[in-house]
Amino acid sequence: MAESRRSNTRVVGWCLGGVVGMFAFGFALVPLYDVFCEITGINGKTGGRYESTEVAVRDENRLVTVQFVAQNGPDMPWFFQPVTRSIKVHPGEPTTVQFRAENPTGQTMTAQAIPSLAPSEGALYFHKTECFCFNQQELKAGEGVDMPLVFIVDADLPAGIHKLTLSYTLYDQQRLQKVSDVDQANTTTNDNG
Amino acid sequence: MSAVIDTHDQDHHHGPAKGYITRWLFTTNHKDIGSMYLIFSFAMFLLGGTMAMVIRAELFQPGLQIVEPEFFNQMTTMHGLIMVFGAVMPAFVGLANWMLPLMIGAPDMALPRMNNWSFWLLPCAFLILVSTLFMEGGAPNFGWTFYAPLSTTYGPPSTTFFIFAVHIMGVSSIMGAINVIATILNMRAPGMTLMKMPLFVWTWLITAFLLIAVMPVLAGVVTMMLMDINFGTSFFDAAGGGDPVLFQHVFWFFGHPEVYIMILPAFGAVSHIIPAFSRKPLFGYASMVYAVGAIALLSFVVWAHHMFTVGMPIAGQLFFMYATMLIAVPTGVKVFNWVATMFRGSLSFETPMLFAVAFVILFTIGGFSGLMLAIAPADFQYHDTYFVVAHFHYVLVPGAIFGIFASAYFWLPKWTGHMYDETLGKTHFWLSFIGMNLAFFPMHFLGLAGMPRRIPDYALQFADFNMVSSVGAFMFGATQILFLWIVVKCVRGGKKAEANPWDGAEGLEWTIPSPAPYHTFSTPPVVK
Amino acid sequence: MHVHAKRASVFMGACLASNQALGDWTLNMAPGVTGSSNEIFDLHMTILWICVVIGIAVFAVMFWSIFAHRKSKGYKPAHFHENTVVEVLWTIIPFVILVVMAIPATATLVDMYDSSESDIDIKVTGYQWKWKYDYLNEEFGYFSNMKTSQDEIYNRIQKNEHYLLDVDNPMVIPVGKKVRFLLTANDVIHSWWVPAFGVKKDAIPGFINETWTRVDEPGIYRGQCTELCGRNHAYMPVVVKAVPEEEYNEWVAEQQASAERERELTEKDWSLEELMERGEQAYQTACAACHQADGSGMPPAFPALKGSQMVLEDVQAHLDVVVNGVPGSAMQAFGDQLSEVDLAAVITYERNAWGNDTGEVVTPKQVFDYKNEE
Repeated sequence: MAESRRSNTRVVGWCLGGVVGMFAFGFALVPLYDVFCEITGINGKTGGRYESTEVAVRDENRLVTVQFVAQNGPDMPWFFQPVTRSIKVHPGEPTTVQFRAENPTGQTMTAQAIPSLAPSEGALYFHKTECFCFNQQELKAGEGVDMPLVFIVDADLPAGIHKLTLSYTLYDQQRLQKVSDVDQANTTTNDNG
Repeated sequence: MSAVIDTHDQDHHHGPAKGYITRWLFTTNHKDIGSMYLIFSFAMFLLGGTMAMVIRAELFQPGLQIVEPEFFNQMTTMHGLIMVFGAVMPAFVGLANWMLPLMIGAPDMALPRMNNWSFWLLPCAFLILVSTLFMEGGAPNFGWTFYAPLSTTYGPPSTTFFIFAVHIMGVSSIMGAINVIATILNMRAPGMTLMKMPLFVWTWLITAFLLIAVMPVLAGVVTMMLMDINFGTSFFDAAGGGDPVLFQHVFWFFGHPEVYIMILPAFGAVSHIIPAFSRKPLFGYASMVYAVGAIALLSFVVWAHHMFTVGMPIAGQLFFMYATMLIAVPTGVKVFNWVATMFRGSLSFETPMLFAVAFVILFTIGGFSGLMLAIAPADFQYHDTYFVVAHFHYVLVPGAIFGIFASAYFWLPKWTGHMYDETLGKTHFWLSFIGMNLAFFPMHFLGLAGMPRRIPDYALQFADFNMVSSVGAFMFGATQILFLWIVVKCVRGGKKAEANPWDGAEGLEWTIPSPAPYHTFSTPPVVK
Repeated sequence: MHVHAKRASVFMGACLASNQALGDWTLNMAPGVTGSSNEIFDLHMTILWICVVIGIAVFAVMFWSIFAHRKSKGYKPAHFHENTVVEVLWTIIPFVILVVMAIPATATLVDMYDSSESDIDIKVTGYQWKWKYDYLNEEFGYFSNMKTSQDEIYNRIQKNEHYLLDVDNPMVIPVGKKVRFLLTANDVIHSWWVPAFGVKKDAIPGFINETWTRVDEPGIYRGQCTELCGRNHAYMPVVVKAVPEEEYNEWVAEQQASAERERELTEKDWSLEELMERGEQAYQTACAACHQADGSGMPPAFPALKGSQMVLEDVQAHLDVVVNGVPGSAMQAFGDQLSEVDLAAVITYERNAWGNDTGEVVTPKQVFDYKNEE
């Protein structure tokens, strides 16, 4: 019996180790998924600030249409639209476009734009060197601003992709704060920019 | 931990403790606990079934007649949660408790006190879950898959209680699984090598590993929800940089193995029943074991077939499509083996065999629709329609539930010492069989015609089949009361059952008298 | 009593009528009207027939045993319990069949992911519980709400032929052109499905998905939201009208002109009666699902408007709630969803209907000013 007891302890130990490991794995899926998305570009998550180490090659023979759309998150009263709705660019060429945001309300508000790219396969080849979405945007009552985005479409963009659509959804950050003030760092800064 | 692992309660050698409370509340006897699990799961089956009746009553005709959409959504959610976590899983744990020690020649489960605890957590969890129905804002209304952000930002206040209930159920399942693993690995009778273990033991061993692998992931995902709702994190909220699709990935990483958790033990039980009533050994024992192992392993790499419409790149779609289709191979092997077992046997059709044969036929139909759903482009049409509802009810009702009924009739003589009423048993089978097919087969047509799932009201062209389906559902539901009566009658009396009432049945459980004495195999038998 | 009896008889009548008039025992998927939907249909039929053939073969053996190898017929059991050759064969053969299935499935999927340049781009945004269609190149957009009345849903009047599948403003697309859909959502996940096109894609808040279609036959095609999205999930249909190209161009011009007219309407002087009439319509599509046609609401989630303190007294608060919504509740901000005229009409209607006889008029101009001064 004593032997069986010891081996029960061992089995339970292994099992509990498995349980703890799998619980941790569940949480590890969050960063793993982000890494996976970044490598494969699935789900249209575009990367953070792009710092090129090599001189970009401009592909004169190819034109890619980049289309911009913008929408507001729930209960977000701002006016938010791309100034340029669509532009044709050569891969490898840095291009600047503007988005217009206005705060029509009577109070100062802070917003965060969340980018997403379709088709998601293109996300890997869409580089932003400067973007308003890297930071939160604060606007006073009645204030408006033109926000710049500088991007480069990678020359390695698969030949099958002719059009990229970059979408921004603008979220009211106070709405998040209303939910809780805990751990703002965690909720608002993200490498999603 | 040492207190929990302390195995044998020395006072327990002369039968059950006196007094109702001490007998049941403090029991560490695997047979008592098994019975409690089975009774609890049947109660939950009736409760979840009642909710299904509400759903089918509302869907009897187009328009809103009986319930409002909010309540309808609460019913679909609770029906799913209660059937999955309250009816099917505890029923299999109950069967495991009763039968594993008897099948491997062990005196009890390896960790009897933990066994008691893991059972008594369940009623607590379900008390919390069911109480949400009476809370302000109502019970969870976001479907048993609780996709964020409908369940987080837009969930009712009771969501936190739902999360708590899921945590408790998870702890209970994990403890049950650890107990099963420890019992099977450590308590087998001398001579019973792994490849001599009965298939029910094998399937449960693999199920237990699946439980340990995925229940913590479920706990993780609901914990993330809890943090999103109450602590301001943004795991699944796009506004804070999270991703609602991530929820689905984590959920289905749990969810797909979960559906095998609900079917593998039934595979095991049916692999005992078919040979018993064919009076011929199981065909391909080794390949059965390998097939179950293969299904379990594959279940970890197919989860995203539930998410073909979320916008995955084509490489992802193809990978998950191919992996899912592969599951058909080991599943096919199992079906072929069962048919080969029946082939040239000497068949008789008592109630357990009827349920087992229906299991094979109807589960195969569910498998075929599963194969159709695996085809990614076709899934764009099937996804989230009644075709999916038909599919998973075909694998879960005649799969899991018929498997449980077959096991119950098969082992009732061993549990009670009496034979059940065969005529009533066959009536129960035929009414269930007809009701179930009437309820779920038309759902294939509804789905193909374009009826989305989880709607309380539908367009007029779906009216006829919905009415048929509701009639079938009422028939199936009402029939289950008959089962309750059959079991009560069998417990109270009936023809005396011999140690082995089935002439073709084999295994250690049939070597002990019926009813099984309170303590069995105090000295382990020797397996040749 | 009398009212109840009458309601009951209408209800019974409606049920009977619906069953007699629309007995529709459709068994199979429809082939649809696009290349993709036809490919899917063929794939569906291929797999279905393969399954049927395998099923017949397996069950034939089984039923033969069931009838021939019975104990009651005195059949003596054989004793074989394994056969390596057979077991290997029935592992390999299904595998080969699966490969045969996977080939057309892969080809269809590749076709569906064809991302050659589109002619028209439409952004589809899911809201609880309606769709918004933005024509990106033409620069206009509108909401598409279910048209079925609450009376039909609650069986008070006979159900329309297109019960639950009818909208006020359908999406309009030209036939023969490649239309690209960009899908996103405002609040929760929705899913946009038109069975006849073979197009189903999730609309996910914060993310954008794309899919496309090319419709060959003009017609009206109906579908529904297929991802559970809350209370009125059953009540957000998708209706797409495919029309010849000239007709489409006229329609676009008309849309652009009507946006202009809408601006003029804002300037116009409205009477109480005109606003009430327009307000009732707007109320039915935008508000009645939660606040009920008679303004009684469904407390506590959806407060009653009839006799409400705020509705009767505080105009500013009323404007604020309707235009900006109530954060953290089911009350959405309608400022972007309805025009100034409709906002004014709805507010005026709520302040004067169901015995809320304030006699007050809220004009489109007032709403316009409120939105811009805030």
